[in-house]
Amino acid sequence: MRRYFGRKLLVYGLTFFVAVTVNWMIPRFMPGDPVQSMLSRANVAQPAAVEAMRVHYTAMFGFDLPLWRQYLNFWGSLLRGDLGISIWLFPTPVTDVIVRAVPYTLGLLIPSILLSWVAGNRFGAFAARRKWLDNTVLPLGYVLTATPYMWLAILLAWALGIIAGIFPVAGAYGFDLQPSWSWEFVGSLAQHWFLPFASLFLVAFGGWAIGMRNMIIYELEADYVNYLRALGAPTRLVRRYAFRNAILPQVTGLALQLGVLVAGALVTEIVFSYPGLGHLILQAIQNQDFFLLQGTFLFIVIGVLIANFVIDIAYVLVDPRTRTGMGEAA
Amino acid sequence: MALKVTDLRVYYRTLRGEVKALDGVTFSVADGEIMGLAGESGSGKSTLAKSLIRLDGRMRHAGGTVELDGRELPIADDRAMDEFRFREVSLIPQYSMSALNPTRKIGKMVGELLAARGVPDGTAELERRLELVGLSKDVLGRYPIELSGGMKQRVVMVVSTLLDPSLLIADEVTSALDVSSQKAVATTLLGFRDHGLVTSMMVVTHDISLVYQIADTILVMYAGRLAEKAPAEVLVTAPRHPYTRQLVAALPEVGVRYEDRRLTGIPGNPPSLLDPPGGCRFRDRCPLAFEQCAEQPPFAEVAPGHLVACWKAE
Repeated sequence: MRRYFGRKLLVYGLTFFVAVTVNWMIPRFMPGDPVQSMLSRANVAQPAAVEAMRVHYTAMFGFDLPLWRQYLNFWGSLLRGDLGISIWLFPTPVTDVIVRAVPYTLGLLIPSILLSWVAGNRFGAFAARRKWLDNTVLPLGYVLTATPYMWLAILLAWALGIIAGIFPVAGAYGFDLQPSWSWEFVGSLAQHWFLPFASLFLVAFGGWAIGMRNMIIYELEADYVNYLRALGAPTRLVRRYAFRNAILPQVTGLALQLGVLVAGALVTEIVFSYPGLGHLILQAIQNQDFFLLQGTFLFIVIGVLIANFVIDIAYVLVDPRTRTGMGEAA
Repeated sequence: MALKVTDLRVYYRTLRGEVKALDGVTFSVADGEIMGLAGESGSGKSTLAKSLIRLDGRMRHAGGTVELDGRELPIADDRAMDEFRFREVSLIPQYSMSALNPTRKIGKMVGELLAARGVPDGTAELERRLELVGLSKDVLGRYPIELSGGMKQRVVMVVSTLLDPSLLIADEVTSALDVSSQKAVATTLLGFRDHGLVTSMMVVTHDISLVYQIADTILVMYAGRLAEKAPAEVLVTAPRHPYTRQLVAALPEVGVRYEDRRLTGIPGNPPSLLDPPGGCRFRDRCPLAFEQCAEQPPFAEVAPGHLVACWKAE
């Protein structure tokens, strides 16, 4: 058991290291010069002043150092929890910018991932044994799961937001409100949350339902099911076992899909101007904000790694076969 | 008379029509009898075995009756059959290695199965019977993956016979095992009968030499029909149906070196059961065939306990 988790932690540690390195590299090798864009934003006419500002900014962000030095400094400050200062929202620290955006992204992601997984699995298992559902609703599932997130998001925004006018289509709360713990604010929050949530939920739901439907049909043909049936086990018991075994690949699927779901959430946030991490990434790219981009990616990488680790643990709990394997070969 | 099968017909639904895998089969198995059921693949022996406990989705009960201890088995009605399964008719499947739910501890799985079948507490009896086949009760706390193939086989045999069924069907139980395990399984099956855990038994196999060691009688099938039934000794030493004769002659003999003599086979192939020819189905391959064979011979008793479906078996 300890060796298994030790090895897992090592793999996660390595992944983290590589991901952070790539994160650091991407903005630096992107075309464009962030200091230049800050200078042009400052709108100073005197060449001497511009030069002085350039030297000041370059030194402040550490761009005058050789690349390897920058890289080491980056790790150093990262370990101190310092992600640098945002260029776009200068001089707010990147950590603050991210901490403000994270609740919105998590508020979208966690419910949509978990609810779609649970509901999709239940529905898929249910549809697998009803011909009419299998023939009517599941084809819809194929359409849903093949739909790109942002396309469904745009469609929902257009139909429910613009045509029907039920839901607002931009922001996380009304433009006339300040964040507070009033009913009015919470209500507005929920209203703005619904459409991005629904588009994430629906796409993922279709995928899980189809996966589960196929797995259940496969499991109901398995030898242990035939044996139980031959011994007269009631349908309820057989289905319970089949569901329990069919859920295993779905757990693995969740781990594999996590990255895709996060990416989907980021695009969806952009469609709805939802002030989460996806929105930050877009702004960071548009403003050549290395540090913000780096920080946001880093945060996403950590999030996905942690979630995967949790799923790894969960898998050990639900599948006895992984546990027995840990004794020797693992 | 423990089991009485009368004119049983079971067809497979396929896209090209109905395959008559079991086409009018009549026989009986006495109390305490171990009957070997032999035949080549496609002869209908597995279909017969399955029909007695659970028809699968493609199978259709086309006629005939099955009677067990004087009660008719509702073999076409999956729901009504549940009452008889496990208690009256039980099965040791071909796939013992994968017959147990991989994500449940064995003891828990059996407990849930028994509870679902309305058996209050079978744990003590289960442990006792595991001991009989040389397993400690620790296996109940393990997952199937933690057992060896032979152990799984024995667990399945114990579970299947737990409710003392009147008829036990062992479907090709030894085909996936090595020779030494085959012997052990055969001995265990005999033990079940001798301890009175099961009343009668049907051992389906394509291995006549194995079934000969444990069976009291052997029933040979060919192309969906019965060819011959006789006491095991008689069937192997003095078979009367030309198919059985050739089948037995094709078995390798112990102590004979096959360097100079080639093993013989039966030339030709069995007919398609999609649209089988009338009359005796073996006649195209039969060295003794004559005009009367265009008519189906009855499965008639030629000596006490010896039944043959052949015009020339006198």
